[in-house]
Amino acid sequence: MVLLESKADKRLGRQTVAFANPPVLAAAAAVAGPMEGEGPLGRLFDEVVPDRLVGQKTWEQAEVKLLEKAIHRALGKAGLKPTDLDWIVSGDLLNQLGASSFAGRTLDRPFFGVFGACAAWAESLTLAAMMIDGGFAHRVGVAASSHHEAAERQFRYPIEMGYQRPPTATWTVTGAGAAVLVDPRAVGDGAWPRITHATPGRLVDMGIKDPFDLGSAMAPAAADTIEAHLRDTGRGPGDYDLIITGDLGQAGRAIAVELLMQVGYNAEPVLDDCGLMIYDRKRQDVHCGGSGCACSATVFAARFFGDLRAGRMRRMLLVSTGAMFSPTTFQQGESIPGIAYAVAVESQSAAREEDR
Amino acid sequence: MKATMQQEQEFKKLQRKHLPSRPVLRNALLAFLVGGAISAVGEGVRQFFLARGIGPEAAAGPTAAVMIFLGALLTGLGVYDEIGRVGGMGAFLPITGFANSIVAPAMDFKREGWILGMGAKMFTIAGPVVVYGLLTSFAVGLVYYILYIPR
Repeated sequence: MVLLESKADKRLGRQTVAFANPPVLAAAAAVAGPMEGEGPLGRLFDEVVPDRLVGQKTWEQAEVKLLEKAIHRALGKAGLKPTDLDWIVSGDLLNQLGASSFAGRTLDRPFFGVFGACAAWAESLTLAAMMIDGGFAHRVGVAASSHHEAAERQFRYPIEMGYQRPPTATWTVTGAGAAVLVDPRAVGDGAWPRITHATPGRLVDMGIKDPFDLGSAMAPAAADTIEAHLRDTGRGPGDYDLIITGDLGQAGRAIAVELLMQVGYNAEPVLDDCGLMIYDRKRQDVHCGGSGCACSATVFAARFFGDLRAGRMRRMLLVSTGAMFSPTTFQQGESIPGIAYAVAVESQSAAREEDR
Repeated sequence: MKATMQQEQEFKKLQRKHLPSRPVLRNALLAFLVGGAISAVGEGVRQFFLARGIGPEAAAGPTAAVMIFLGALLTGLGVYDEIGRVGGMGAFLPITGFANSIVAPAMDFKREGWILGMGAKMFTIAGPVVVYGLLTSFAVGLVYYILYIPR
C-alpha cells in the first residue's frame, strides 16, 4: 500500500488532539453511594443514595440505577431530554459493560459502550469530544459508573468474606458521573467550560502483578500520558491550575510525580488525585484512596465542573487512569497493563487570557 | 508498551520507595488477640459440654458445630468481615473463618440462583482448603502407616 502524504489537521504532535471547535461541557452530574456521601465531597454530589442497593435486588442492578440517575440529572441540568442526545458514550467495570449496556437499554438512544477500566470516564469524554468536533453529533451524553460491592465480587472476594486488605489497596467508589457535551456553535460564545485537547494513552506495562496494588500498575501510564500531552502541546505542568489523575492513590501519585521528574517535568505542585479527595482517609478505612470509573467521574462532576464553569479554575488536565486486568489474566500470571487518557478542560477566564 | 526486564527492575526500585509499609507487628498482634479470643470462646463452649458430662473426645464434635454456627451467624449479620479486617489470619484460620469462607460466597451468589449460583459457588474459597486438606491428611496417614502400623 502506498501511503499518500496526508495530515490530520486536528492532531498535535504524536498523540494529542487539539479540537478546532472545542466541545462545551453543558452540564455534569454526580450520584454517589452512602459512604462517598460521608466523605469530604458529600455535600457537592447531586444525589447521595442512602442505600447501597439503591432499592434493587443486586449490586449490578444498583450500579445501573446509579448510572441512569446520573445521566438523567446531567440532562436535567442541561435542560435536555434523552431524545435530545445524538449518542451516548458510557463505560464501567462490570463484565460485558453490564452497567452501561443495561442503563443504555432504558435511555433508548444510539449507544457506544467503552471499556477502559477505571479510565473509562476520560476515554468517553475524549471520544464524545471527537464526535462533536468531527461534525458527527450536536449533543453527546457521557457517563461512567462503578460500584464497590459489584466490583469486589467480580474482581476480588465475596462481600462478607473476612480478609485483610494490604495497605496498597484502594476502595472502589460506588457512584456514577455523567456529562452532556454539546457543539459550541449551537450554544454561543458564553458557554464554558470546553474540552480543548485530548491525549489518548498508550498501554504501559511495568510488570506489576499485584491486583491489590493498582496504583503502582497505573502510575507509569499516567506519567506517560501526561508527558506526551505536555510534549505535544508545548506546555508545562504550571500551565495547568491542576493536573488531576483518576485513582492512583497515595503511593501511585508519588510514583507518577517521580517518573515525571525523571523526564524533566516538576508536577509536584499541581498534581493531585481524585482517589485522594473522595474519602477522608483518616476516618474512612480505604487505605491508599478511592478507585473505579466513578472515582474520576464523580469527583470531576461534583468538585471541579462548578469551579471551571464559574471561572474559579482556569484550566485543568483530567487524567483518568485504568488498570487492564481481569481475574482470569492475573490468575494466569499476567502482569497488569495500565492506561491513562488526558483531557484538557478550560474555563472562559483561560480563553480570555489567551486572547490578550 | 511492555517494559524490558531492566526497566521493570528499575521501576520496582522506584516503586519500593513510595509503597506504604505493611504494619506487620500490629497485624501479628491483632491476629494473636482475635485468634486467641475466638479460641477462648471455643474453649468455653467445650467446657460447657464437658461440664454436662460429655467426654473430652466426644465434646470436640458439638464444640466445632457451635463454632461453625457462630461463624456463619456473624457472617450473615455482616460482622465477620469486620472481624477479618482487623484480625486477618487470626480470624481466617479458626473454624469460624472456615464457616465465613463458605457462607460469604453463598450469600453473594444466591442472586445467581440456588443451583448454578449458591450451590456451585459456595465452595470457591473453602473448596481448595478441603481438597488440599484431604490430600495432606492422606499423605500424613500414609507416612503414619509406613512408620507404625506394620509393627
